[in-house]
Amino acid sequence: MINLIEAVNQALAYELQHDETVIVFGEDVGLNGGVFRATDTLQARFGEKRVFDTPLAESMIAGLAIGMASQGLRPVAEFQFMGFMYPGLNQIISHAARFRNRTRGRITCPLVYRAPMGGGIRAPEHHCESTEALFAHIPGLQVVIPSSPARAYGLLLAAIRNPDPVIFLEPSRIYRLYREEVADDGQALELGKCFQLKSGHDISLISFGASITETLQAANQLHEEGISCEVIDVASIKPLDFATIAHSITKTGRCVIIHEAAKTCGMAAEIMAQIMENCFAMLKAPVQRVTGYDTVMPYFQLEKFYIPSVTRIKSAVYYTMEIK
Amino acid sequence: MIIKTQFQIPFYQYLNQDGELSSSAPELKDTDIIKYFRIMTLTNIFDKKAIALQRTGKMGTYAPINGQEAVGAAIGMTLDKDDVFVPYYRDYAALYQRKVRLADILTFWGGDETSMTYSFQAHDFPFCVPIASQCLHAAGIAQALKYKKTSNIALCTIGDGGTSEGDFYEALNVAGAWNLPIVFVILNNKWAISVPLEQQTHCETLAQKAIAAGFQGVQVDGNDVFALHHVLQEAISKARDNLGPTLIEAITYRLSDHTTADDASRYQPKNQTEEAKKFTPLERLKTYLLQENILTNNDINQITNDCTQEIEEQVNLYLGRKLPTIEQAFDFHFATLPDYLIEQRAEALEEFYRAND
Repeated sequence: MINLIEAVNQALAYELQHDETVIVFGEDVGLNGGVFRATDTLQARFGEKRVFDTPLAESMIAGLAIGMASQGLRPVAEFQFMGFMYPGLNQIISHAARFRNRTRGRITCPLVYRAPMGGGIRAPEHHCESTEALFAHIPGLQVVIPSSPARAYGLLLAAIRNPDPVIFLEPSRIYRLYREEVADDGQALELGKCFQLKSGHDISLISFGASITETLQAANQLHEEGISCEVIDVASIKPLDFATIAHSITKTGRCVIIHEAAKTCGMAAEIMAQIMENCFAMLKAPVQRVTGYDTVMPYFQLEKFYIPSVTRIKSAVYYTMEIK
Repeated sequence: MIIKTQFQIPFYQYLNQDGELSSSAPELKDTDIIKYFRIMTLTNIFDKKAIALQRTGKMGTYAPINGQEAVGAAIGMTLDKDDVFVPYYRDYAALYQRKVRLADILTFWGGDETSMTYSFQAHDFPFCVPIASQCLHAAGIAQALKYKKTSNIALCTIGDGGTSEGDFYEALNVAGAWNLPIVFVILNNKWAISVPLEQQTHCETLAQKAIAAGFQGVQVDGNDVFALHHVLQEAISKARDNLGPTLIEAITYRLSDHTTADDASRYQPKNQTEEAKKFTPLERLKTYLLQENILTNNDINQITNDCTQEIEEQVNLYLGRKLPTIEQAFDFHFATLPDYLIEQRAEALEEFYRAND
């Protein structure tokens, strides 16, 4: 039985063991095993040549990975927190996402940029970011956010084996939330697929990342109240598996989208737009979204009022179901 | 108080501004010197031709190289085929020697990514437009070459303005910290578009920026092929022998606009430009070749004619090229095209072929 962060560690170890082109690096990932322990013991097991610390510079981490990937390595680079990815944005957006296109397939970037994301860990500012939509907007990038140990393991394997750059964001709030059985069999999950976590017929709840926790809690409480919720974990926010979402909405005709990131131009907006384009005729009520506010993520004293709560999710469901 | 550390920045020049070769100059074979002359002549004529193509609407914005031909020529002459060249965006003399077709360089400025396929030198990097970001790619490449236990190195070029960027410092720092097989070459042409070097840095030299990263920086006359050849050879073999990186500051002068979209007369002092024109690498080498009777005026005319003809062929190749079709804008984003791009591609195709009917 392992938790989400142990699943990340297990996937990294599996790939290091089975593919000698895989290298893991970042700040404090070596001897220290990462500030969250994602890379715990990996350096001792696979050596300093394959698992190593870098100087403290995020643009450098992003840029080095590109150069390494161009030479046939498969770099898995860790940014210590999502909020520290921003100095690397130029490298990620201007280069990692574009080399295949710029060189018409000659130079490619089979690499993974990993980072813990989201709030709920009582850490200072910049350690609680949910800006996944920034990356989803960029042509040439794939963006993955696992929400369970099994999905973290299978999706990280898929990300490392993917021939193109993947942004792999790990919700730190649920790193140690629970354990489950995850066979260390090297079996990857498919990127670009939603996971249906709960079947239902009254309303579709679409979410991803740490918010899956509150979404499932809301669904269970609503079930007690006689409202049958279908819960879908988007997991790969780019490419988005809209077919699965559309299938669910065809069944329920109602939809609430939940994420921790700010509202404007968040992933919920994109999903709503696609629902509008493709599922308008099937809708029985306007689609609602429950998201973080368009404010800076507050320091942790106020975090719980920012992160979508079970109460807010349930209110949106009542509204959509036209329950007063 | 004690002096904790001190440093020195050597400056190399063997062929002075009057075309006289110092007696201490390292040996360079006549055939190599003639090669240098030919490459620089070709680059110079190519540059004029490219500007003409832009001015007559046959090409997009172009970044000229006039006056800086020697640095790229020396990189091409000294870098091994299997080393990885990571250029900025006006290294034509080097690219030419690394088997990139001149037609492909024109095609880049002609607005088509197909130009960056570099079929002959498949591991060299394409043009890098975001300033200094290529330095980190070169560092990553160097680390990978080391990881794979090859004896190859990475060489990257950058302008003087680029040395103000964080990526430049981050690349130097990691190159030093990891003792990477890498050579950084700054083409200090004194101008970052309109901003002169004095406003870019308070340092006496750009080469000394290597000192903070823990390795050697050297200055070289960037218009002197003898000095460039020597300094590059030393730096490359040092990197190859795992003896550490080198930062080379090649001092030259941008005798043209930054790009064809720029007008340098707005900011470059006329007397400075006029002065610099007297000391171009090409004229300097020509003086030397004639003085030493290595080439005659006839030989030089012959070389010029040959180069002109070669360029004409490449320009014709460029002008007669197949234009890209809209599929190409989609087909190289991912190894496998995702559904959303398949849909958008179909939509774009319809519009493209309707317009091209």
